[in-house]
Amino acid sequence: MHPKRKSRLFLVLFLLAGVGITVGLVLLALNENLNLFYPPDKVVNGEAPVDRLIRAGGMVKDGSVVRGQNLEVEFVVTDHAGSEFRVLYAGILPDLFREGQGILVQGKLDASRTLVAQEVLAKHDENYMPPELAEMETQAPKPAAPSLPGLDEAAPLNSGGGA
Amino acid sequence: MIVELGLLCTIVGLLLACLLAVAGLAGAGLQQPRLMNACGSLVVGQFVFCALAFGVLVHAFATDDFSVAYVARNSNTLLPWYFKVSAVWGAHEGSFLLWILVTTVWTLAVALTGAHLSLSYRARVLGVMGLLNVGFLSFLIFTSNPFERLLPLTPTQGSDLNPLLQDIGLIIHPPMLYIGYVGFSVAFAFAVAALLSGRLDTAWARWSRPWTNTAWAFLTVGIALGSWWAYYELGWGGWWFWDPVENASFMPWLMGTALVHSLAVTEKRGTFKSWTVLLALSTFTLSLLGAFIVRSGVLTSVHAFAVDPERGLFILAFLALVVGGSLILYALRASVITSAATYAWLSREAFVLLNNVLLVCAVGLVLVGTLFPLAYEAVTGGDKISVGVPYFNFGFVPLMGLLAVALGFAPMLRWKRTSFSLLANRVLWIGAISVGLGVLLPLMWLGAVDVRVVLTVALGLWIILSHLVDLARRLRNTRGVPPGGYLGMLVAHMGFAVTLIGVGMASQLTVERDLPMQPGEKLVVSGYQFQFVGVTEERGPNYIAQRGRVLVQPAPTGEVVQGAGASDDAFTLLPEKRRYMAGGNIMTEASIDAGLLRDVFVSLGEPLDGGAWALRIQVKPFVRWLWLGALLMAAGGVLAVTDARYRRRRVVAVAEDTAPGETLVVGRSGQA
Repeated sequence: MHPKRKSRLFLVLFLLAGVGITVGLVLLALNENLNLFYPPDKVVNGEAPVDRLIRAGGMVKDGSVVRGQNLEVEFVVTDHAGSEFRVLYAGILPDLFREGQGILVQGKLDASRTLVAQEVLAKHDENYMPPELAEMETQAPKPAAPSLPGLDEAAPLNSGGGA
Repeated sequence: MIVELGLLCTIVGLLLACLLAVAGLAGAGLQQPRLMNACGSLVVGQFVFCALAFGVLVHAFATDDFSVAYVARNSNTLLPWYFKVSAVWGAHEGSFLLWILVTTVWTLAVALTGAHLSLSYRARVLGVMGLLNVGFLSFLIFTSNPFERLLPLTPTQGSDLNPLLQDIGLIIHPPMLYIGYVGFSVAFAFAVAALLSGRLDTAWARWSRPWTNTAWAFLTVGIALGSWWAYYELGWGGWWFWDPVENASFMPWLMGTALVHSLAVTEKRGTFKSWTVLLALSTFTLSLLGAFIVRSGVLTSVHAFAVDPERGLFILAFLALVVGGSLILYALRASVITSAATYAWLSREAFVLLNNVLLVCAVGLVLVGTLFPLAYEAVTGGDKISVGVPYFNFGFVPLMGLLAVALGFAPMLRWKRTSFSLLANRVLWIGAISVGLGVLLPLMWLGAVDVRVVLTVALGLWIILSHLVDLARRLRNTRGVPPGGYLGMLVAHMGFAVTLIGVGMASQLTVERDLPMQPGEKLVVSGYQFQFVGVTEERGPNYIAQRGRVLVQPAPTGEVVQGAGASDDAFTLLPEKRRYMAGGNIMTEASIDAGLLRDVFVSLGEPLDGGAWALRIQVKPFVRWLWLGALLMAAGGVLAVTDARYRRRRVVAVAEDTAPGETLVVGRSGQA
C-alpha cells in the first residue's frame, strides 16, 4: 500500500478504536451513575426505587431534627404539601443546614421508605439554591426573600459529606 | 456622572471594535494597505476605552457607590479594600467586563509583537479578534450592563460579597482563568486567519505556538488555583468535585493540551495540519461554551434560560455564529490543506496522535457528563437527574493512565521513525526500576501493597525517570544549556507526573475522621495525636468567628505509626466557623498544616450538646503535589515560549522563515 494511504488508514483505525472504546466506557459508566431526583411526593407514593442511589430533596421540617450518638442525625423532609419522608445520616451537616431550609440528600431508600443518606447538600448562601429545589421553594408557604442574581459561579454545592 | 462615562467608554470601545473588524477583514480581503495599517491604532484605542470602563467600575467599588446596582449587590462598606477591588469580578456583569479587558490586552499584545507577520495576515488576525470583541461588548452593553443605576432608591449599604469569594485565591483565580480562556482566542484568530488566506502552511503554526502555550499556562494556573481554593475554602478538604463549573474550565484545558502538542507536530513536520486547525477552533469554542454557559447559569438548570431569556438567546446566537462560521470556513478550506510527510508507528508523530486521541476522548467524556443532565431535563420536560462522580472517575482515570504510559516514551522518540532496538533497552530497564520502586516504596512506607498505590507510584516514576535519563544523555552528548522548548517539555511532563502522584496518593491514602469531640478529648489519626482544646469567640473585620483550638503532635510511642512524615514538632490548628455580619452567611474556615509529604487538615462542624463540637480531621498524603505539578506544567509552557527559536527571527529571518510554502514579508521581520 502507498505509505501515505497506509498512515492514513492507521490514523482512521486509531481514531475509530479510541472513539469506540470511549463511547463504550461512557455508556457503561453513565448507565450506572445516573441519579434521578425525586421530590417528597414521589418518594412517598412509591415512584422512587428502593435500594438504588437517588437524589431527593425538600424542606427540613421544623422540629424534626433529632441527634444521636457519633454525629448520627435523623430528620424529616417535607414539601409543605402533605408529603414527607424520614432521612438518616451520619456525619457533619453543611453550614446552611437548618430547620425550614431547602436541602438535597443523596442516598438509598430502605424498605420502610426511609432515606439513608450518604450526602446532604444545602444552599451555599442566602441566594443560591440547588437547581432541583429552585422550583419547589417558590411553592412553599413562606415567600422567598427577593433574590439577587449573581455569584452563580460560586462553585460546587457546599457539601457536608463530600471530600 | 463618572459611572455614565464608564458606559460611554464601553460604547466607544464597541464602535472601535467594529471598525477594527472591518478594517482588518475587509482591508485584507481587498488588499488595502491603508485599512490594514489602521488596525494598530484601532487596537490601542479599543484597549484604552475598555481599560477606562474597567477603571470606572473599580472606582465605583472603591468609593462604595451603591447607586450602581452591581456594586450594591456585591459589595459592602465593611469589606477590606482589596476585596472591594476583587468584588469587581465577583459576579456576572463585572467579570464579563474583565473578560473584555483581557480580550483587548491579548489583541494589543498581538498587535505590538506581530511585526514579523505579513501585513495581511496580521490584519486578518486582529480583525477576527476585533469581531469577537464586538460580540463580547454587545453582550455586555445589551444584556449585562454593570453600570446600571439604582435611582432614586439608592441603598445606604451594599448586600456584601459572597463570603466564599472573600479570599486571596478568588482574587487571582478568575483573572488567571480568563487570561487562559481568552488567550485561546488568539490561537483561534490565527487559525481563522490562516483559513481565510488559504495558506495553511507551517508558518501559522509557528506563529501561534507561543500564544497558545502562554494561554494554556495561564489556564493551568487558573484551574489549579480554583482547586486549591475549593480545598481550603469550602472547608471540607475536597479538591475536585467534577462540578459543572469545574468541568467548564477543564474541557478547554484538555483540548488546549492536545492543541499545544499537535501544533508542535504541524510546525516541525508539516503534518496534522487540518487536525490542528480543528483543535484550535474547538479549544476556543469550549472556552466560550464554558465561560458563557457557567455565567448564564444554564448549567444549573435549563430553566435558568427562562430567568433571563435575553442573555440565554444572545449566548446561543453568538456560539452558533462562532461555531457555525468557523466550521463552514473550515469545510470550505480544508480541502486545500495537504500534508506530505509520512511517519512510522514508533515515532513522535504517532505518539502525539495518541496523546490527542486520549485527550479528545477525555473531553468527550467530560462533555457528556456535564451536559447530560441538561439534555435529560429538556427531553423529559423537567425531570431532573445528576451524573455521579463515579462516572467521571470510571472513564477519566483509565484514559489518564494510558496517557501516562505513553508519556514515558515521549523523550525517547524521534520524528518520523524510531528504531525499536534502540528503544527496547531503555524502556525495559526504566520500566523495571519504576515498577520495582513502585512496589518497594509503598511497602516500606505503608507496610502494605495496594495495586492502585503501586500503579500511581510506578507510572509517576516511569515518566520522571525516562525524562531525567534523556536529560542526562543530552547533557553528556552536547554542551551548553538545552533549548527552552526541550526544557519546557521536560518540566511540563514531569509536572504531569507530580500531579498524577498527588492525585493518586491523596485519593487513596487520605485518612478521614468525622466525630464529636469534648474539650480536652484526644484522638490518634494516622500517626498524629489530636487534642481538642476548646472553642473561643473572635472578631474579624466583617465577621464573628467561633475559633477552635486543636493541638497536634506525633502519636505517643506504642501506637502504630502508619504514614511517614510525622515530624517531631507539635503544632496548633485553629479552624473557624464564621458568621458574616452583612449577609448572615456562615462559613467554615478550615485550618491546615501544609507539608510536602502530607497535609493535616482540621475543620469545625457544628456545636453539639455539652460544649462538644463535631470535627473533621484529615491527614492527606502528597496532596500538595497535585497543585505543585500544575505549577510545573505551567512553568514548562512558559519555558517553551522562551525558546530562542522565537527570538532568533531577526537574524535568520531570510534563511529560515522563507522556506518553501511559507509566507513572510522579509522587510517586516523586525522585532519579536
